[in-house]
Amino acid sequence: MAEKKSEQKEKPRIGVYICHCGSNIGGFVDVPTVAEYAKTLPDVVYATDNLYTCAEDGLSNIREGIRKHNLNRVIVASCTPRTHAPLFQATCESAGLNKYMFTFVNIREHCSWVHMKEKEMATKKAKDLIRMGVARARLLEPQEETKVDVTPTGVVVGGGVSGMTAALSIADMGFPVHLVERDAELGGFVRNLNNLYVTEKSASETIKPLIEKVKAHKNIKIHLNSTLKSVEGFIGNYDIVIGTKGAEDTKAKVGTIVVAIGALEFMPEGLYGYNQYPNVVTLTEFEILCKKKTLPKLKNVAFIQCVGSRGQVKTYCSRICCNVAIKNAINIVDNYENMLGLMEKAGTVVDKIPVEKKATDEIMERRRRRRGRERGEEGEAEEVKLGPSEKIEVTVFNRDIMAYGVDHELTYNKAREKRVKFVRYTTDHLPKVYMEGNQLMIAYFHETLKLERTMPVDMVVLSTPMIGQPDAGELSQLLKVPLGQEGFFLEAHVKLRPVDFATDGIYVCGTCRGPADITECATQAAAAASRAAIPMAKGYVQAEALTSVVDENKCSGCGTCIQVCPYGALRKNDKGFAEVIVAACKGCGCCGATCPECAITMTNYTDAQLMAEARAALEEEV
Amino acid sequence: MAEAQHAISEVKHDEKGGVWEPKLVGFLCNWCSYAGADLCGVSRYQYPTNIRSVRVMCSTRISPHLVLDLFKAGADGVLLGGCHLNDCHYITGNFHTEKRVRLMKKLLEDAGVDPTRLRLEWVSASEGEKFSKVVTEFTEQVRKLGPSKVKKDETLKAKVTAADDASVAFRLKALVGKEFNLETKGNVYNNLLNKVEFEKLIDAATLDEFERSLILVLAKGKPRSVKELGKIMEVPTDKVLRHIVVLRQKNLISMDHPEGFTPTYKTIEIGGEQ
Repeated sequence: MAEKKSEQKEKPRIGVYICHCGSNIGGFVDVPTVAEYAKTLPDVVYATDNLYTCAEDGLSNIREGIRKHNLNRVIVASCTPRTHAPLFQATCESAGLNKYMFTFVNIREHCSWVHMKEKEMATKKAKDLIRMGVARARLLEPQEETKVDVTPTGVVVGGGVSGMTAALSIADMGFPVHLVERDAELGGFVRNLNNLYVTEKSASETIKPLIEKVKAHKNIKIHLNSTLKSVEGFIGNYDIVIGTKGAEDTKAKVGTIVVAIGALEFMPEGLYGYNQYPNVVTLTEFEILCKKKTLPKLKNVAFIQCVGSRGQVKTYCSRICCNVAIKNAINIVDNYENMLGLMEKAGTVVDKIPVEKKATDEIMERRRRRRGRERGEEGEAEEVKLGPSEKIEVTVFNRDIMAYGVDHELTYNKAREKRVKFVRYTTDHLPKVYMEGNQLMIAYFHETLKLERTMPVDMVVLSTPMIGQPDAGELSQLLKVPLGQEGFFLEAHVKLRPVDFATDGIYVCGTCRGPADITECATQAAAAASRAAIPMAKGYVQAEALTSVVDENKCSGCGTCIQVCPYGALRKNDKGFAEVIVAACKGCGCCGATCPECAITMTNYTDAQLMAEARAALEEEV
Repeated sequence: MAEAQHAISEVKHDEKGGVWEPKLVGFLCNWCSYAGADLCGVSRYQYPTNIRSVRVMCSTRISPHLVLDLFKAGADGVLLGGCHLNDCHYITGNFHTEKRVRLMKKLLEDAGVDPTRLRLEWVSASEGEKFSKVVTEFTEQVRKLGPSKVKKDETLKAKVTAADDASVAFRLKALVGKEFNLETKGNVYNNLLNKVEFEKLIDAATLDEFERSLILVLAKGKPRSVKELGKIMEVPTDKVLRHIVVLRQKNLISMDHPEGFTPTYKTIEIGGEQ
């Protein structure tokens, strides 16, 4: 402690470590020149360049510098603080330097990678950025972090495969967990599905053990027909309210939150005769028909891939639909003799099972509900008529088949062996679904033959992408976590922190962060659960020393800061002055910029530091 | 605006006689714009080298003083980047940013600096390409406006200094600070405020505060008459006098020696340079 305090009074002794990042920076910025320049800056006593500052030799170089040159400020000029600041801060701490005496300068994402064709100017910019960093570093002050206890209870939002897996993992680690599911039963999207690819086992049979384990686990409290109504607080100390239909609200205190609200399939309204002609269904609706064993007898089934995805409505590829379509194509061929008995024991006689109207109604009801949920009202839909036929042929119209994964290329080959036809189309010539009398038809352009062809079909299955839940936006606002442009949740870092949100204490897994199959969902869920358990297992978190500070000598007690704080983190104290509730403050700085008396500033982002850093940008290189 | 037209015909050189390049400072919020700029880098979208960015946690951290100080120091342009409205990591932060930027632009305008030298953009963490477009566009826009003349033009410098001083005036900060809440939640009587009326009120207050600050800047260490001040400020003398009355009541300016029969006024300095 005494050591840390003395840093404040000491004259700054700054060490600058400039990273080549292999050739990522070194290839576009003259790093040695920049390092030489850094040595000329005020209070810089040591500057060097490393091939990789984040590698062990780079880090030990920092530790050594702190000891050898008695550095009391460290600057690393490399990539982005959003991914690497914690590493370098920890390195400084391990060498006895308060982590708030560390400054990050971004010369990769903000310099070398965006100025790849102008080395001279990029080098100049890198020098400027480091000068700015030095200006900031000189004014840094060591900070003490507040320790906050973590409530050892979790909440998982969503009771699908991801949510259940996450809840089970957390519960198995010995922490109580609330599992909040909006529907009347657990299982999520998988409840729609017939069988699953690779294993070819029934979907409901597959998840049954999982559901049973979740139901039986003493640490899991299941809330069905429920949603998260309100969330207040911060990592370790969230006060949540779970709203249940027809029951009283449940209040709970939780330490961490896992978001696993899943996805829906895209409804291709207006595409390929969907909702216009009978027997045009989505891939999921087809699965439901299979599952309910209410498929009509089909002679000719066409799958159309990439409906509404990859630029048609949504920009992305939904990944799993190729594999799902291939699985269903094989299912149809294999079970031709037993078409209606998909998943039934061999020997079921096809013709004896009639086309049940009930299932159709269910499908229609489902479409209605979905539309209702998207619009927030009840919608209406026309009836779908399913007609009978005799012999079977399966065609998969695709832009490309993406059978990613270890086994799936083999499944694709298997489908070809079973004479499933794969016909390629391009966006210039989209297949067309239309009616000729009573017959559903597909017109398509055969890319190999360069010919327009037509084909009668009994059923068209549209492979539509997974889309984010329509109410994901509400949850995103409730939890203050970001939602991407496509309606999926945005993780903290696409590569390095795939199941964390940027906000501490909240994690994400499953299809609500992007299309994924069950295997991937389970993997992500286990990952998210283990991430969520870390603070609970540790028992406390260190809150960043990044909060407002009120100067009572300047405060006039006008209360404007209290009005603008979105977290209620300011209040009036006995003396009538503004006072910061450190644990609730998130450090946005709104009060600081608002305060009419300029009495509030932020630790580690003081006005003086920001001004010095920004002003240094305008100075000329010496 | 006049400044802009004048600048175009000029050959643009920097202080050392080299070819002038716009000096731009960016303030980017950690959660959206800074992340968007990161993604821009990861995706290798290229943009001009003129911008130097400072990371802040939220765009709402940027007080008008931080920005105006940069213009005072000769910045050619300042870019503020935040999350899209309703997407702010800190819920309502960027709504306050929007209000403050309006004040900053008004102050720049009053000081005779083209307000388009200040730009506010919402760039999300997933909009890497947008970030490169915004920076490219803004650089070109400032390039057309030409170099900042704050360092060469004494009157302009005084005006920008006055704008900076006005940006910390209690009245302006309190008004702008309460603006968002008054508009969305209403006042103590639960009345929602009329946005247009309130903006008019703020604009008038801004001009007043700017002119008063300008008087204080101009009369600092140099006693000046009302007529002289009016001429430099291009403000009618009766208005200058009214400001002086207010400033004298606040004990910020005092009467100095008369020049003939005309009184002069001098700024009262407390504790020297701040």
